[in-house]
Amino acid sequence: MSTQIEQEQTEEQTEAETAEPAEQSPQERRLSEKKARAEAREREEQAREEVRDADDTVQIKVFRYDPEVEGKSEPRFDDFSVPFFKGMTVLDALIYARDHYDSSLTFRHSCRQAVCGSDALFVNGQQRLGCKTQMADLEGPVRIEPLPHQDVVKDLVVDMEHFYEQMEAVEPYFQPDELPEGEREEQRQSPENREKVKMSTRCIWCGACMSSCNIAAGDNEYLGPAAINKAYRFAMDEREGEIQKEDRLEIIEQEHGVWRCQTQFSCTEVCPKDIPLTEHIQELKREAVKSNLKFW
Amino acid sequence: MHEHDVLVVGAGGAGLRAAIAAHEEGADVAMVTKLHPVRSHTGAAEGGINAALHPEDSWELHAYDTMKGSDYLGDAPAVETFAQDAPDEVIQLEHWGMPFSREEDGTVSQRPFGGLSHPRTTYAGAETGHHLLHTMYEQVVKRGITVYEEQQVLDLAVTDHDDVEDRECHGVVAYDIASGEIQGYRATNGVILATGGPGQVFDHTTNAVANTGDGYAMAYRAGVPLEDMEFVQFHPTTLPSTGVLISEGVRGEGGILYNDEEERLMFEYGYANNDGELASRDVVSRAELTEVNEGRGIEDEYVHLDMRHLGEERILDRLENILHLAEDFEGVDGLDEPMPVKPGQHYQMGGVECDENGHTCIDGLYAAGETACVSLHGANRLGGNALPELLVFGARAGKHAAGGDMKEAEISTGPSAKSEAGDLSEEVEIGAVDAGNRSVAADGAAIDAGTVVDAEVQRQEERVDRLLEDEGVNHAQVREDIQQTMTANVNVFRREDNLVEALDDIREARERYQHVAASDPSRTYNTDLMHTMETRNIIDIAEAIAVGALAREEFRGAHWREQYQERRDEEWLKHTMLAWNDGNPELYYKPVLLEAEKEYEPKERSY
Repeated sequence: MSTQIEQEQTEEQTEAETAEPAEQSPQERRLSEKKARAEAREREEQAREEVRDADDTVQIKVFRYDPEVEGKSEPRFDDFSVPFFKGMTVLDALIYARDHYDSSLTFRHSCRQAVCGSDALFVNGQQRLGCKTQMADLEGPVRIEPLPHQDVVKDLVVDMEHFYEQMEAVEPYFQPDELPEGEREEQRQSPENREKVKMSTRCIWCGACMSSCNIAAGDNEYLGPAAINKAYRFAMDEREGEIQKEDRLEIIEQEHGVWRCQTQFSCTEVCPKDIPLTEHIQELKREAVKSNLKFW
Repeated sequence: MHEHDVLVVGAGGAGLRAAIAAHEEGADVAMVTKLHPVRSHTGAAEGGINAALHPEDSWELHAYDTMKGSDYLGDAPAVETFAQDAPDEVIQLEHWGMPFSREEDGTVSQRPFGGLSHPRTTYAGAETGHHLLHTMYEQVVKRGITVYEEQQVLDLAVTDHDDVEDRECHGVVAYDIASGEIQGYRATNGVILATGGPGQVFDHTTNAVANTGDGYAMAYRAGVPLEDMEFVQFHPTTLPSTGVLISEGVRGEGGILYNDEEERLMFEYGYANNDGELASRDVVSRAELTEVNEGRGIEDEYVHLDMRHLGEERILDRLENILHLAEDFEGVDGLDEPMPVKPGQHYQMGGVECDENGHTCIDGLYAAGETACVSLHGANRLGGNALPELLVFGARAGKHAAGGDMKEAEISTGPSAKSEAGDLSEEVEIGAVDAGNRSVAADGAAIDAGTVVDAEVQRQEERVDRLLEDEGVNHAQVREDIQQTMTANVNVFRREDNLVEALDDIREARERYQHVAASDPSRTYNTDLMHTMETRNIIDIAEAIAVGALAREEFRGAHWREQYQERRDEEWLKHTMLAWNDGNPELYYKPVLLEAEKEYEPKERSY
């Protein structure tokens, strides 16, 4: 099947190329190439759809638990069959199941564009944001559970309190030595330094990293990847004062800080914002060593 | 019962800024929010923050652009205050460590945006709102401001004086989402509503699911008029399948719109020969839909936004987030192919009537951010003006509520600001909106300040008990019907028969809403109950939008009417007000203020 599609594409493309008039502006050429690509993609998509299951529904298995309601206080899985559409995400499937089958199905969600961080879930054995995970990319039936290693409040909702406490433990706020003098004067930052901290500022506090971390699972006091990354964001900012930087390094150097990390990379793997969390933790370990050496 | 000097409802950009300002005035301030603060929808803002920072720019130019963009429905005192305060607010954020995009010399970058005469949009990549939200939350944590999170505020505790202007707000009543408890919060100085927009009134919106306009509806039912609700901004570049926003920054950096004939539509069909893709949002939205309606859309639904020619380096530096959104939600690689875009509901220009200090006509009640209508944006908001708005007016509301020293407001509010009664040419039975009003704040609760919060707590407990215990209609279908009729009938293009149809549908939904109940009986994290209560707010707001749109017989800014194809300044240079008086909404008008330090002469808007 796929060979056939490829052949058709090649023929079409050749035709299109030969049919082109000799004189074409760069813009026209670019646009006709774009059109050819779009057509090829459309054919691919059609083919894929045909190959896909004969019936266009997807199955989800959803973790259910409500401490308060009889019949739900024992954890179990509910199966839902949801009509599939192109582009459907895990969140879409959950919303469909809730609005059409069981309005008590409970999960957090808000922006549905991967920026509010509220719908981090354990999907087919991995921490993912429901809103940016395509159903088509997952093997069915899709198993949807709350984030592991956190207390379940109800169904897919976990208690985030501990995560927030750890985030706030690193004093997550900017503390420059002094503000620049002069009216409306900025604390200039080099584009290079901004680039250095850029990835660390993208954290949406979804908690996926913490949930994926074996160390955090075993040591409740471990600051965890997100909080250490937050410390990195400030420690590496050239505008932060020296004393504050030392103070923050002390926080992350404590017993349950950076040294607990065993560089298993699971946090980096699940981060929906592609933040190199493990690398940031390693870099802070090096900074901590350097700053200690200074005093010797 | 919790008690604080100042209570801020909502913890997005406006709420955080208000809380910081109140705290700086020495007030004991607490935030009560439906989400955790970093989950707020301000985090989804992409483009940037307008402020006249450059020596060649000036607040006067920013004010002029904003008045022109508003189609002369902005009030000059609000617009000037805004343009004057915005630069200080941006520098303040910079001092708080906001990771702005930088020039080579380390200063904050600024880029061009639609309708601006100078490139004055400061930004942090294409994720400005995320950084703004997190930077301000950091400051709230630093100051140790109390945050009551995942508390859904159900209603305001307002005294029951007959005259709205005699009423006082003493606090709020909230539903603790995790435990199901109803809790009273008393505010000794003031309550600030900063609950964001009502995008969920429509079914194709850039707004988060939480954006159900709770603040609008609560203030409205307590007696504060809603102002200019017919002006709904449709953003021209949203992804067709989800409504996810593609920042105006793409066009600001040079992105181009093409129709299915691969023509650069803004020029080739003459929609905006001067400004092309960077014309105002209302102009571009209409242009795109006209193309689709005339058969030149792609798949009869959308147009293409192309940024490939900007080059990989520039895209990665300034618009990286856009690449991720296009990839994740539409499967399109923006470096390699154009992105599909169509207009989607984005922003509510109208809102809770307040003055330039955020104060409403009810003593102790304030509004800020998208929830409020100062009025700054008039008939159309310029891109990049929402974030500075929430900074400037969030800060002012916070300061005022905390008892800070402020200049007396020039904008008057409440029924005494009324200039003339409204008139609807079409019969819409405006009195019929009363159905299901059992949670109206001012219906005999109390006049005694000491008991008003307790009385409201009791009323909300009864309401929640009823919704949990009764059998009834599920809210989801009612909500969906409202969203669909609003998108079908009160969208970018508006016709009289459609507007009347929308109102009929809304009335019908209101009837059905009288019989709703939550089918989940649990007191633990009951989102079914939450959404049921939000749906009430959606109905009230949808109705205010549709009534305003039907009443305004002209074409101004975002409000297009088929029968009235021009701006009619002689008759319509005025604000549409809708006031809920004991369940009997009243339509009236108040004049636009076109003069403050400068005078703004209405001119034709040309792009």
